[in-house]
Parts: sequence; structure tokens; C-alpha cells
Amino acid sequence: MSGRNPDWAALALVPVLAILALPLMDVRSWVALTAAGAAMGMMLFLMASGLTLIFGLMDVLNFAHGAFVTLGAYLAATVLGALAGWVGADALVANLAALAAAVAVGAVASGAAGLLFERLIIRRVYGAHLQQILITVGGMIVGEQLILAAWGAQPLQVAKPAALRGSVIIGGAAVEKYRLVAMALGVAVFALMQVALNRTRIGLLVRAGVENREMVEALGYRIRRLFVGVFVAGTALAGIGGVMWAVYQEMVTAAIGADMTILVFIVVIIGGLGSVGGCFAGAVLVGLVANYVGFLAPKLALGSNIALMVLVLLWRPRGLFPLARA
Amino acid sequence: MIRPLSGDRPGHPLVAALLLVLLAVLAAEPFLIAGAKPMAAAARICILVALAGSYDIVLGYTGIVSLAHAMFFAFGAYGVAIPLANGWIGWDAVAVGMAGGAAFAAVVAALVALLSLRVQAIFFSMITLAVASLAQVLATQLRGVTGGEDGLSFPVPEALSPSFRLLHERVLGVRVDGRLVTYYLIFAASLALFLLMLRIVNSPFGRVLQAIRENAFRAEALGYRVIVYRTLASAIAAAIAALAGGLMALQLHYTGPDATLSFSVMVDVLLMVVIGGMGTLYGAALGAAVIVLAEYYLQPGLRAVADTLAGVPLLPALFDPDRWLLWLGVLFVVIVYFLPAGIVGSLRRRGG
Repeated sequence: MSGRNPDWAALALVPVLAILALPLMDVRSWVALTAAGAAMGMMLFLMASGLTLIFGLMDVLNFAHGAFVTLGAYLAATVLGALAGWVGADALVANLAALAAAVAVGAVASGAAGLLFERLIIRRVYGAHLQQILITVGGMIVGEQLILAAWGAQPLQVAKPAALRGSVIIGGAAVEKYRLVAMALGVAVFALMQVALNRTRIGLLVRAGVENREMVEALGYRIRRLFVGVFVAGTALAGIGGVMWAVYQEMVTAAIGADMTILVFIVVIIGGLGSVGGCFAGAVLVGLVANYVGFLAPKLALGSNIALMVLVLLWRPRGLFPLARA
Repeated sequence: MIRPLSGDRPGHPLVAALLLVLLAVLAAEPFLIAGAKPMAAAARICILVALAGSYDIVLGYTGIVSLAHAMFFAFGAYGVAIPLANGWIGWDAVAVGMAGGAAFAAVVAALVALLSLRVQAIFFSMITLAVASLAQVLATQLRGVTGGEDGLSFPVPEALSPSFRLLHERVLGVRVDGRLVTYYLIFAASLALFLLMLRIVNSPFGRVLQAIRENAFRAEALGYRVIVYRTLASAIAAAIAALAGGLMALQLHYTGPDATLSFSVMVDVLLMVVIGGMGTLYGAALGAAVIVLAEYYLQPGLRAVADTLAGVPLLPALFDPDRWLLWLGVLFVVIVYFLPAGIVGSLRRRGG
């Protein structure tokens, strides 16, 4: 997005949506729902940002991305179960340490699984789109089934750290504390990513690679090695997203990977495949729409995300912030 | 001159032999193997040959990956189920259900294709996945129409019900009852659909699809509107899948989300086409037979392995009969790697 004129119409979409929703409900509900939508959006952003970067850099669309989210979610159940003492303790530091431990384990394990997946599966099908889709769909099935074999098919309870339960009152509206944590983490990751992409040498190469892979290679940089790094980072972020989502729901079921894959796809399509900024906007949009519609017309909530995607695609066939290249 | 195969030869003696065996066994199944279970398996193969063939039109001939094909199959199954379950029992209800399901599937497929394919073929895969998940949720939520999780059980027209007797004497020791009529109806309809699909992919229209698969940019430059052809292919395949779904409903006297709509049906179809060989309808037919047979033995086989491994840590969980999808997934990945042309494609290449 940098260097070109900002696309005001696309940028205005999130605030306009939030303002349009305001007259339809009372202010307290609006604050609570907007916070819930933003928190959900941030968690979706964590999961989707890696996917969109991986696509932008190497034209690889990883249908198995959801399996890494699932892995993170199940690890959250295990880690927080093992740290029950910290989770239940009446001390903020211990509570946050437990959550941090779960996030760290989720990130490292998903990243490691991502490295393995890239080496074993993705590496051999670069450039072959059809094979890529097929093989990553296969990878998703195998990954999910392995997770089910390891943890069993029953839903697992996930303990939310004690200090993060309940709500704080902001302007008369109750906002769940955990949502604030999720929002803070999402914004922090987004900011870090922007700094890494726009202010570091590696970020420069990644952005250049997204714009024109062949040119970067011609200049002597090994874009594949860079791509492995991005892939591992992307799957680690998916794992973190899975951890945060599992704690948010306080429960993990086998369906989480499939459900999240679909939401994440909708987010990256809305945002424009390959665009990190678009992914951020898309995630917030999906989160807000899900919460507003869920409150105003619960029966329509099911299709609201798909309807949002269809509307955006009718308006902007390539998504809100498409990449410059074809 | 009548050309039932539309000039599309199997291409290798072994492929021809396998196809002839498959055709002969399916044609004579009720007289070869007694019992309701083998006949149900044979009917399932017939239906899945039509379903896998229709998927091959999209995946193999047009080169786009739809993940909603099970949904179109389900449209047909529910199309037949809904009138029958609501007390309108007769051939007219079946015909209306089939036609309605096929038309609905074609329209939805065309809309999805028009929306997603104008940008990138990859959008199509993502959006079909999303739409299929929506359909799955709707089928379980709209209990009044679809019967929810339980699905719909329904009576079928009298000539298809098990108590019906077409002839009073047995023929070659086989009772000529409604089950037999159902089987041969399904066999004939599936065969007709298969020959129709051969006709489609070997027509000038089918050639354009293959040109698009090989090089969409070039096809566009030659003056073919790529999006129009891809959309049409997607709609035709969806309509045929829906017809196969209608046959499935007649066979099972039941339609439910797990039997028609779940992701595992989609995985089955993907496997069939990829194992048999993408872009060869014959491959889809052989793949359907292989997978149906494999599934009949997979779960008992896994149970046997798990029992012998009892006591070993971790391994029994991998061979648990509930983990059959794991092994189909592994098989799928292995085939995409090592046998990307599938059975028929590999044999054809060898046979020249």
C-alpha cells in the first residue's frame, strides 16, 4: 500500500460499518459488540496474516493452514491444564505467565510443524497450482486426523486464567477483559509486522519478493530460504491464533480447524490475497459483522460472513487492498 | 454411425480390460453375488462413477479445484428426498426432484463461478469451500425442510420398494423385486450419464476446456472467453452431480448430511478422481470402484491392525477404525506425489 495513494473508500469501510451499526442498537451494546468484534478480528488476523504473506511471497495457498490453528488450540488445552496452579492463582503475573507459556508453546510447536510441512510437502510442488491445492488439502486431512489421534475426539475444556475472566466497565458497557488482551496482542503483532516489513532488510526483501520474485532472485537473493522463514513465522502465528481462540472459547473441538479455515479464507479474500494491511482490515470487518449480525438478527449470523465476502467481491473483485502485480 | 464412447478410447489394453470387467460385473451383479449388501455396494459404485466423472469435468478437464462438489450431490439428494418425505410419492415427484435439484445446483455453481473465477482460479477453491460449509450448516439448521442432523427417510414409488414384485417367477434364481428394479434403474442412469459426459468432454466444447486447463491465457488470446467456459463446465458438472445425488436418495431411501454433504464425501470424490487419473473419465470410473471397495475393507482392516497392536503405546490410536480418514488422506498425498497422472494416465503414457 505504501507509495501509492491511499484507497480511501476501502480504508473507510471499517469505521463506516461501525458508525452505521450505532443507530441500530443502544450505545452500551454497541461498545460491547464493537469490542467483541475487534477482539475476534485480532485473533483472526493472527491466524490469517501468515497465510496471506505465504501466498504473496510464493504463490502458495496453504489449505492446511487451519491444521496449525488446531494444533495451537489443542496445545493450549494441554499447557493450561498442566499449569492449573498458575491459571487458578490469584495473581496477575502467574496468570499472564500461564497464558504466555501457552502462546510460546503453541508458536514453537506450530512453527516446527510448519517447517516440517514445508520441507516434506510444499517444497516439491512449487509452481504447480493444482497439485499444491490437492496436496495441502491432503495435508489438512492428515494433520487434523493426527491431532485427533493424539488428543481424542472429545471436546476439551480450556481454563481461562483467573485474572482474565470477567469484564471491566468502559463507559457503562461491560467489556470482557480477555478481549482486551486479545486486541492488545493482535495490534502488537500487526505493529511488529509493519515494522519488520517496512524497516528491516529482511522485510524489504519480503516486500520486494511479493512484488516481483524473479527480480529479487536475479539480484542474487535466495528467495526460497526467505520463504521458509516466512512460512515458519506464518504457521507459528496460526498456532498463536489457535491458542488465543481456544482460551477465548474456553473449549476446543475437532471442528475448530475447519471453522477457522473458512473464516481465515474469507478474511484474506476480503483483504486481497497477499496483502497484510488488507488482512488486518478484513479480519476486523469479519469480526464486527459477525458480532453485529449475531446481535441484531441471530438467524442470519450463519451466512453473514459469506454475504460480506460476496458484497466485497462484487464491489472489488480482487479484494479491498489487492497486490499491485497481476 | 453411433459412437457410444464418442471416439475416446481407453488407450491401453489393461485400462480397456479393467473397464470391461467393471462394466460386466456391474451389469450382472445381482446374478453373480447374492445378497443385499453386495448389491448396495454395486449401486454405490454406479452412483459414484457418475459423481466422480462429473467432478473430473471440473478438476481434470477444466483444471479448477472445486471443494463444493459434495454440496451439489446433496442438492440432488435433497431434491428427491424433500417431495417424497412430504407425502408426494410418485414418479412425477422423483422427476421434479431430480430436475429441481439439478437446476438449483447448476445455478448455484454458475453464481459461485462467476463471482470467484473472474479474478483467479484459486479464489474458486476457497469460495467453494466456504459455500459448502454454509450449506452444511444450513442443512443441519433448517430442520423443518432437511430433517437436520437426522436427515430424511422417505418411501419411494411402489415399483422401487422392496415388497414390489415385477415377475412372480425367479429369473436365474433371483427374485425380481423392487430392489432389483432400483439397481438396474441406477445402473442404466449412471451408464447414460457416463456416456453423456464422454460426449461432453470429447466435443469441441470439451476441447476448449482442455485448452484452458493447459494454458488459460493462450485460450483467451485465441478468442475463447475463459470465464464463460469455466462457468459452464462448473454448472454442467454440478447438474450431473445433483442427478447422481438423486439416484443416491432412491438407493438409500434416505438423505442426510453425513451421507451426502460432509467433507468426507468430498474427500472420497477427490481421491477417486486423483487415483484413477485426472482428465480421463475412465480413470474416475475405475477410481470410484477402487475407493468403494477399499472403504468396505478399510475399517475392518484397521480394527484388526489396532487389535494386534493393543498394548503398544500410541500406535493403536493411529489405527483406530475412526481414523480411517487419516489413511485415506495419507494415500491421497502419496498418490498426488508419486502417481500424479493416476492409474489411467500412467498406463496410457506407458502404452503410448
